[in-house]
Amino acid sequence: MSIASHGRILKDYFGIVPKQDQIVIALAGNPNVGKSTVFNALTGLKQHTGNWPGKTVDNAQGSFTHRNNSFLLVDLPGTYSLLAHTVEEEVARDFICFGHPDVTVVVLDATSLERNLNLALQIMEITAKVVVGVNLIDEAEKKKITIDFPGLEKELGVPVVPMAARLDIGLKELKEKIFLVASGKIKPKPLQISYSEEVENAVQSLLPYIEQLGISKLLNPRWVALRLLDGDEKFIAKITSHLKYQNYPTILREAEVAI
Amino acid sequence: MDKSKQVVPLSQLAVGHTAQIVGLELKGLLRRRVQDLGLIPGTTVECIRRGPTGDPTAYAVRGTTVALRKEDANLINVYPI
Repeated sequence: MSIASHGRILKDYFGIVPKQDQIVIALAGNPNVGKSTVFNALTGLKQHTGNWPGKTVDNAQGSFTHRNNSFLLVDLPGTYSLLAHTVEEEVARDFICFGHPDVTVVVLDATSLERNLNLALQIMEITAKVVVGVNLIDEAEKKKITIDFPGLEKELGVPVVPMAARLDIGLKELKEKIFLVASGKIKPKPLQISYSEEVENAVQSLLPYIEQLGISKLLNPRWVALRLLDGDEKFIAKITSHLKYQNYPTILREAEVAI
Repeated sequence: MDKSKQVVPLSQLAVGHTAQIVGLELKGLLRRRVQDLGLIPGTTVECIRRGPTGDPTAYAVRGTTVALRKEDANLINVYPI
């Protein structure tokens, strides 16, 4: 994808105008995990709030610098899932999918990891450039919950940072991990969920068709196959319109025939 | 012990009692939503309290409280423990 068309998509679809060479970071997480605390702690007063274009969903953007690089942090709405039942989920999913952030940070609640990991795994199906921040470790400690962070990191295949944003713990480490993933110095290999044999067989039979469309650079083919199997027609239409927007007339013609 | 004979809808679970989810009969988006909140087969659920008219009911699931309508809890099969 060309830089010009990427910039246009960010501006027209998401109302985001990064400065030159600014690294775009998406901040995702369940509701009530302290995501806004992380956002405020990282960006301080350098914030801009508004709405997502055409949506009654708040959009907060802020910037920070780390190792002489400027980062634009985009706070996504808090969601349990990305399978778009609500406008919030739609906004979060579309930004991660089509906004192509350089890194997506997923903030998890250390006191209920089980429920929170659902969202992390969904995001890791879309993009490999993920950093997981496990927030509220102070709360977890009070509840006598111990977390095996090296084990979690090894199993997830992406950097995991223990955090208590309220107490300014882990933020420096988070910035460093964001920087390392954005600059390609760390290349995460996120855990991919294996589904039942029937689903996996269906994915395998769809993949050659999806790869022919030449969209592999824009979207993860396996993820597109899973959404096709979901039969989510609204989302398939959205993929088509985004491809149209990115000026890929041949791909589009083929996509329309295939879908 | 044959578990299948004791399976009841979640809506029948009395306040203060705990059960394990056996299966979901919910369909479509609601099924997905309930799964996203962590209610899947094997999950332990505790009935916390019921609304003044007997609906909705609050359940403790994976460290969080979620409220479900009776009609939806009817379609979640559980095995009381």
